[in-house]
Amino acid sequence: MTTVNLGMPTIRHGRGNLFADEPFTSGAARDLKNETLRGNLNFAMRKIRGKRAAVVSEMPDWQQLRAAGSAIKQNVLADLPELLEQFEASFTAAGGHVHWARDADEANAIALRLIQEQGVNEVNKIKSMATQETGLNEYLEAHGITAVETDLAEEIVQLGGDKPSHIVVPAIHRNRDEVRDIFLREIDGVRSDLTSEPTDLADASRERLRAKFFDNRVAVSGANFGIAETGTLTIVESEGNGRMCLTLPDTLITFMGIEKVLPRFADLEVFLQLLPRSSTGERMNPYTSLWTGVTPGDGPQNLHVILIDNGRTATLADEVGRQALHCIRCSACLNVCPVFERAGGHAYGSVYPGPIGAILSPQMTGIEAAANNSLPYASSLCGACYEVCPVKINIPDVLVHLRGADVEARHNARRTAPEAVGVPPATDASASGVSRRARLTAAVRTGAARTVGAVARRVPDQMDALMAAAKTAFAKPGLLSVGERGLPLGKILGGRDGKISFLPGLIGGWTRHRIIDAPPAQSFRHWWKRNRTRTPVRRTPEQRADIAALIEANRGKAAELHARFAAPADDYTRLMAAERTGIQHHDATGAAVADYARGTETSATTASGADDDRMKGERA
Amino acid sequence: MSEQTTSAKAEILARIRGALADNSQPAAPVRDYRQRGSADPQTVREMFIDRIVDYKARAFIETAETVAGRIAELLGEDARHVVPEGFPVDWLPGDGSAGERIVDTADQPLSNAELDAVDAVVTSSTVSCAETGTVFLNAGPAEGRRAISLIPDHHICVVPAESLVELVPEALARIDHRRPVTMFSGPSATSDIELQRVEGVHGPRKVDIIILD
Repeated sequence: MTTVNLGMPTIRHGRGNLFADEPFTSGAARDLKNETLRGNLNFAMRKIRGKRAAVVSEMPDWQQLRAAGSAIKQNVLADLPELLEQFEASFTAAGGHVHWARDADEANAIALRLIQEQGVNEVNKIKSMATQETGLNEYLEAHGITAVETDLAEEIVQLGGDKPSHIVVPAIHRNRDEVRDIFLREIDGVRSDLTSEPTDLADASRERLRAKFFDNRVAVSGANFGIAETGTLTIVESEGNGRMCLTLPDTLITFMGIEKVLPRFADLEVFLQLLPRSSTGERMNPYTSLWTGVTPGDGPQNLHVILIDNGRTATLADEVGRQALHCIRCSACLNVCPVFERAGGHAYGSVYPGPIGAILSPQMTGIEAAANNSLPYASSLCGACYEVCPVKINIPDVLVHLRGADVEARHNARRTAPEAVGVPPATDASASGVSRRARLTAAVRTGAARTVGAVARRVPDQMDALMAAAKTAFAKPGLLSVGERGLPLGKILGGRDGKISFLPGLIGGWTRHRIIDAPPAQSFRHWWKRNRTRTPVRRTPEQRADIAALIEANRGKAAELHARFAAPADDYTRLMAAERTGIQHHDATGAAVADYARGTETSATTASGADDDRMKGERA
Repeated sequence: MSEQTTSAKAEILARIRGALADNSQPAAPVRDYRQRGSADPQTVREMFIDRIVDYKARAFIETAETVAGRIAELLGEDARHVVPEGFPVDWLPGDGSAGERIVDTADQPLSNAELDAVDAVVTSSTVSCAETGTVFLNAGPAEGRRAISLIPDHHICVVPAESLVELVPEALARIDHRRPVTMFSGPSATSDIELQRVEGVHGPRKVDIIILD
C-alpha cells in the first residue's frame, strides 16, 4: 500500500453489490411487465405512506427533529476522523475490538478470519445493509460457511434464492402465496398444511430458527448507530431475531459504515424518534437494543466491530453529494417515490434502491462504473423524497448534480477512450466472489455495456448540437422568432388527431414512453404581438378588483378543503388532490391562492392532514 | 493491532481528511424539539396505556397490595416462571398461588434450554416512555440479564408509576449506557409479509404490563 499524503484527496470507490448491471431503464422496462410485483408494491407503498403520515402528524416538533437530525449528521461528517478515533477508543475501553476495512473485500476477509477463529461453519445474521453491500453471505459461502438470515423478510429472500428489493421490507415483491410456496419447498420438516396466513408463516420461521439461535455461537450484525462518546452500538428491529443474535452467541461481529457514528449518547433521542416513524410508520419499533462493549454474564463476551469505508470517503469528497451519507436507511424516500412504486427495487441493481440508492450507489462506485450512471435519471424530480427524508437529504438536488457529473464524465470519456465507459474496472468486477464476477462480466459482454457505451459515444454529438443551437436561439430574440415560425410544421407531424407519437433520433426520447400534443400553430410571443393592441386600457383604481373583498369571500374555504381531503388514508393522493384544487383557485383569482396558502399554514387541521401542511410550508 | 488494521485505519482517516479538504463548518445542532413533557401524570398514564394496547400488549394498574395477586392471576396456576435475583419478593405471589418459581442468579444462570422450558418471566423496568409506549430494561437487579426477558414466551413487566415519562429524551436521560439496554414496545412483531402486522415472532409473544402505584 502506498503512502497517502494528507491533504491530497485520494478517491477510492466502493466494491461489492453496489452496481447496476444494466441501465435502470432496461431493468425497469422488464419489471414493469411483472403484474404481481406491481400489485404487491402498489398495495404496500400506499399502506406504508398512510401509516407514516399518521404517526408523523402526531409530532408537533417533527420539523425541529428533522433539522436537528440533519445538523447532527452534518457535524458528524465534518468531524469524522476525530469521532471515529473516539469511537475506537471507547469501544476498545469497553472490552471490544475495532477493525478497519477500506472496502468490501477487506471487511469480508476480516469477518471470515474472526469466524474461522471460532471454528464454526454456520453463523446467524441480523438484517444488515452493510453486509449486503459487501456481499458477505456469498463470500462466506465460497469459504464453506453458511450465513443464516434470521429476519423474516431476509429469510424469505435467502430461501427463495432471490435479491432484496427494499431496504426495510426486502421481500415486499413477494405476496403471501409465494412465501408459502418458498417455505414449503425450502424448509425441511415444515408442516405440509402450512397456510398462506402471515401468522402461520411467521410461526414456521420461529420453529425453523429457534434451534439456530440457541446453538450457533457466532452472529453478524449491522449497526444503526455507533456512539463515539461511549462506544455504544444500536440495533433497531421488530421480530426479536436481533435480540437473539445480540444476546445468545459468544461472538458478535458488527459491520458498521464509517458514517454511522454519532457524537453523543444523547443524540439517540433525535434518531430514535425519527427512524421508526419514517421507516415502518410506527411510533416506536418493537425492539431496540443498545450495548456498550462486554457485560460480564450478559451477552457475547467476544465483540468486534468492523468500520467500513467502501466508497463512503469518495462520496464524502463531493460537497453537494456528501449529504447522501446522512442516510439512516429508513426507506421513507422509497415509499413515496412514484418511480420506485412502479419499477420496484430490483431495477436499481445496487442493494440501495429507490431515490437514496440513485444518489448513493453512483457516488460510492464512481458515476462511470457499470450502468450506475443511469441511476440519477431514475427520477421525475418531483421532490417527495426530500419532503419525507427525516434527515433532510435534498435528493432532487443531488440527482441533478449527478446528472451533470454524468454528462461531464461522458464528455471526458469521449475525449479519451470511449470504449472504457460502461465497463466496470476489473477490480470492481472481482469484488465479491465468483458469482458476482460472472454476472458483471455477462452484463458487460451483452447489452448493458454496449448500450451505455453507445449512448456515451452518441450523446455528446446530437445533444451538444441541440444545446448549442438552443443557446444561440435563446440569446438572440430575432433568431428565436424565425425558429418559432416553424411551429406549424409540428401541426403537420401531429396529423389529424393533433398527437405526435413518433419523433426521430435523440429527440425521440420525448415520444418513447408518451404521446405528446402537437405544438400550437403560433408561439405565444407571436400571438401577443398580434393581440396586445386589443387588450383593454389600464383600469382606474375604482375598476380594479377589490383584493381585500376577495380574501374575505374566500375565508374558511381552505379549512373546508382540508376537512374534505383529510379523511382518506393515503396522504400522497390527498396531497396531489389538494394541489390540483390549488391550481383551480389560481385560475380563478390570485388572491384566492394567497388565501389558500395562508389557510394551509395556519388553520388547525385534522391529525392526518398536519404533515402535508408542514410539507407545503417548507416548500414555500 | 494487526498490520492490516493499522494501515487500513491510517488510509481511511487520510481519505476522510482529503475528502474534507473544503473544511466545511456546519452550524451546531439546534435542539429546540421537545425535551421535557408538558402533560399531567394522569394524561401521561392514559397515553402510555393507549399506546401499549395499540401494540397488542395488555395493561393493568395495581398497588403494592394488589400487584402480587395480579401477577398470580396473569401467570395462572401452574406457570413455571423465572424472576431475576433482585426482583422484590413483596410483589410476587405467595407459595402455592402460582406455578414453580425459578430465580436466575449471577452465580447460577439458567441455560438457554432451561429458559426455553419456562412459561413466563416476571421483571421490573427502569423507565417507560408514554408517547411511544416503550418500556426500557436496563439490566438492573430487578430486570435481570437480557436472555431471561427474551426467551420465555410470556413477559410480565412491572412499570413503577414514578418511572413513567412522556417523551423519548426524558426516558433516555434515565438510562445508564454502561449496562445493556433493551427497549420494547409491545410483543415482537413483523410486517414483512404484505405489510400485515403479526404479533409474536422470536421474542415474547405475550406481553403484560403492570403499572404499579
